[in-house]
Amino acid sequence: MSIDVETARRVAKLARIQVDEGDLPALAGELSNILGFMEQLNEVNVDGIEPMTSVTPMRLKRRADVVTDGNIQDLVLKNAPDAREGFFAVPKVVE
Amino acid sequence: MSNANELTLSDARDALRKGDLSATDLTMACLTAMDAGDALGAYVHKTPDMALEQARAADARLKAGGAPDLCGIPLGIKDLFCTKGVASQAASNILEGFKPEYESTVTSKLFGDGAVMLGKLNMDEFAMGSSNESSCYGPAVNPWRVDDRELTPGGSSGGSASAVAGDLCIAATGTDTGGSIRQPAAFCGIVGIKPTYGRVSRWGIIAYASSLDQAGPMTKSVRDAAIMLKSMAGHDPKDSTSAELAVPDFEAALTGDIRGKKIGLPREYRLPGLRPEIQKIWDKGAEMLRDAGAEIVDVSLPHTKYALPAYYVIAPAEASSNLARYDGVRYGHRAKLAAGDGITEMYEKSRAEGFGAEVQRRIMIGTYVLSAGFYDAYYNRARKVRALIKRDFELAFADGVDAILTPATPTPAFGLGEMHSANPVEMYLNDVFTVTLNLAGLPGVSVPVGLDADGLPLGLQLIGRPWAEGDLLNHAHVLERAAGFVSKPSKWW
Repeated sequence: MSIDVETARRVAKLARIQVDEGDLPALAGELSNILGFMEQLNEVNVDGIEPMTSVTPMRLKRRADVVTDGNIQDLVLKNAPDAREGFFAVPKVVE
Repeated sequence: MSNANELTLSDARDALRKGDLSATDLTMACLTAMDAGDALGAYVHKTPDMALEQARAADARLKAGGAPDLCGIPLGIKDLFCTKGVASQAASNILEGFKPEYESTVTSKLFGDGAVMLGKLNMDEFAMGSSNESSCYGPAVNPWRVDDRELTPGGSSGGSASAVAGDLCIAATGTDTGGSIRQPAAFCGIVGIKPTYGRVSRWGIIAYASSLDQAGPMTKSVRDAAIMLKSMAGHDPKDSTSAELAVPDFEAALTGDIRGKKIGLPREYRLPGLRPEIQKIWDKGAEMLRDAGAEIVDVSLPHTKYALPAYYVIAPAEASSNLARYDGVRYGHRAKLAAGDGITEMYEKSRAEGFGAEVQRRIMIGTYVLSAGFYDAYYNRARKVRALIKRDFELAFADGVDAILTPATPTPAFGLGEMHSANPVEMYLNDVFTVTLNLAGLPGVSVPVGLDADGLPLGLQLIGRPWAEGDLLNHAHVLERAAGFVSKPSKWW
């Protein structure tokens, strides 16, 4: 599977990573190379094999749906690049 | 005691308990070595004040008697572990300035046992790499050298391996997603164990690929690894994949007796083009275990060849999801925005500026293999192949094999910068012997066994049954003793 510039642009957009237009051909080449390496997986007969979903056979634990901490608003906001009046601040989302 | 920082963990423990050495003096010796070792690039955030405070508390505890093994032991902590109030940035610019308001479970347990933190250790950005060159701090350097070139300590736990091998700490924490404890341990001539998936809590460790990530100790001896693993391991309600199993006394398992044990040599690991020096050390290791009374058998792990491609689908897929949290909103780097930029531009610019090239590449590969239309062809197929790789091991163990012996790495340490012209896939080949265990969730330990013709350390990997780290470490202990690896890098820094 070869990745063209259009696909590379779309993947970068989906990943929310800005890639300059001039860098897209190189990116497409790198991604194609890596995906080419993965093509080997097509040699394997996987008929009747279930995709592995758990590393060790175990049922995922459940816990009661209760608050386990709280009242730590200042700690939650402490590392934010922009926090105002108890909120995370971001550029305008809705016009 | 001349240079206390050169002690093994077990010798330091014994000296502290006997009162031959104080935790404060030991910590001072390590802090001095740390400061004198800046050329190794191992430490990226130093915490001497915290270390001395912890050391004083440890001395009081030692005096009172009954202190845990780790009490007063100075450690280096990989930058991937969240440590309260101390920079924890996974060697990434996107987490610049991030100081967690909480402590990872592993460091909580270590500190609870009285361990001392000297500082945070260098690594590949988000643990993605095999040479420590993708770090935002610049690479860590291997204390071993044979000419004027600087060699890689391996990766991703390169700073940990460099610090332990250079005696800039007594031991260090590492994490291993595809070989990131075992490969750097082999490159630097130290011991590193990746425990069974679920043995050690992942809570508070910055996530790369959650179904593969596992933390473990990096130490100067197998005994040290056993001691430190006991402190790190155990069930944690905050990690839903953490196993609810009692933690055995791994050190007590080091009987040195492996008579009658069956050691498998997987024929698929005899790769075409395997270097003669690697083959030689592998043969030598098998001979040592045979001499110790084990039976050496040929085993087959037929899907080995597909482990790397499966890994490079699954790990980036999980990474693209895990790293979606770095959006410039809650923590870390936010790009300066231009007039009229909205929230999408904020995400895209912040992530483009904050993530390095390899991390961006893996996020995008992961995004691609998870995208509509390719999910089955790549991601689901890789997970099916993963099930087959796991089954290969299960069949070998069902045949009565107790442990599997393989090389740890396909080469000794290479020069920093030497792989820059290589394509990413060539760098990925470093993990060829180690990555299978992460896919299968199995424990594996890297043990230094000898030097190559140039004088660089070579390691072998032992693979154990799930949850049998004690037995695995006992095999490693026998190998270590037989190999008698006592070489140290000569100090140039």
